[in-house]
Amino acid sequence: MTGRVKRDVERVVITILAEQAALKPEDVTLAATLQDLGIDSLGVVEAIFSIEEAFDIQVPFNANQPEASEFNIDTVGSIVRSVESLIVARA
Amino acid sequence: MRRVVITGQGAITALGVTAPATTVAMSEGRCGIGALDVEDVDRLSIRIGGQIRGYDPETVFSRQQLSLYDRFTQFALIAAREAMAQSGLVITEALGDRTGVVLGTAGGGLQTQEESYRAVYAEGKNRVHPFVVPKLMNSAAASHVSMTHGLTGPVWSVATACASSNHAMGHALGLIRANQADVVLTGGSESMLSFGGIKAWEGLRVMSKDACRPFSADRNGMVQGEGAAVFVFEELEHARSRGADILAEVTGFAMNSDASDIVMPSVKGAVRAMRGALRDAGLDPEDVAYINAHGTGTAANDRAECMAVREVFGGHADDLMISSTKSMHGHLIGGTGAVELLACLMAVRDGIVAPTINHRVPDPECDLDVVPNEAREARVDAAMSNAFAFGGLNAVIVVTAFRYGENRSV
Repeated sequence: MTGRVKRDVERVVITILAEQAALKPEDVTLAATLQDLGIDSLGVVEAIFSIEEAFDIQVPFNANQPEASEFNIDTVGSIVRSVESLIVARA
Repeated sequence: MRRVVITGQGAITALGVTAPATTVAMSEGRCGIGALDVEDVDRLSIRIGGQIRGYDPETVFSRQQLSLYDRFTQFALIAAREAMAQSGLVITEALGDRTGVVLGTAGGGLQTQEESYRAVYAEGKNRVHPFVVPKLMNSAAASHVSMTHGLTGPVWSVATACASSNHAMGHALGLIRANQADVVLTGGSESMLSFGGIKAWEGLRVMSKDACRPFSADRNGMVQGEGAAVFVFEELEHARSRGADILAEVTGFAMNSDASDIVMPSVKGAVRAMRGALRDAGLDPEDVAYINAHGTGTAANDRAECMAVREVFGGHADDLMISSTKSMHGHLIGGTGAVELLACLMAVRDGIVAPTINHRVPDPECDLDVVPNEAREARVDAAMSNAFAFGGLNAVIVVTAFRYGENRSV
């Protein structure tokens, strides 16, 4: 994956999470957790839907076992990395 | 106060096409959940469900009837017929006026909606079957039950998501107590196992791909089922005067709202509902030996429900049994409370407590006696059935063993 594609993934994921959290994208840092951003369980599900639509990927995420999922939602940065690997796996 | 008893039960579920077939399967801990057989299943990520097998509508209903009966209506009619037959009631014009129907269903005629949308959107057709409207309406099953049996009293349907059946049965209890009816056919029906029904649920990411494992630490979500259960609720003296076989007494009901979240359960709301039902039944917590849990197998529900049970029952929480039969028949959404009341009747009448199957790993957050994997024999004088629906709508019903000669003074 090129640096440019990586930056695009990061930008799009941050845009989606910012919209979900009703924040400006520049206020969303890679280190932030979803809790920091005030995104609740329904917000997580809606954000993952937006991510799937934006990147045309299938995100393996079960709200009952977030920790058992390959899709790591601990922080904004972990979500970006998870999306990158799903894009790589799809290619 | 007028007392209410149950004099008939009927069911069709993934566990069997009658009430006894369903409860025998429950007592054997059989699983009715398997691979889904629906159109376009390859486009679903969830491919299991508690689907009814070995049921061919054309062997039960005529072509003319089927043009008006959505699958959820068929299920309700099959269950109602069995319940009526068991009750032995003969509906005269006078009794018909005093007999109602209150059925729960969340989705109503979903199969009809789906087929019709498929026709106009996917297949580009410009017309749908002329009876789509009377077939899909939420109250169609209640109406057809009333027409089939000549029941001209209060008839309506209740749609409160996963609590629909419990709300319906609670209202049936109220109708008889309030002398607005002597008999009410009540319960619920659901047929949401379709491409669209599953696709919608997939979105919430709370469905399991492999099994429903309520209270097990490795649970990973709910599994949908389909079917119906219908009961004959009857005023005690009415039933007694005709020497009816009384299956149980319906002694308590309570409902309330969390007013907090559209999907997340609330411990507080569940506590208030269970306490309310005990109060209505005139029972102490210690009187309840069995709870049929809402027990969906999601992380959130099972944890919250167990906390609520501890709060309501205190030390007795460690003595009572609580199981989720959804592990066997799946979550019937608007029909689920009705099917689960079958397990409560089996407990108070036959002394058999249905298990929670697929239980593999104890969960410290669900540290109650969840009757793992195998049914148990026990004397149960009172059983409670919980339903805690999306939208925070809670409905809890209590049934008590009825033995001729024992007349409670409550």
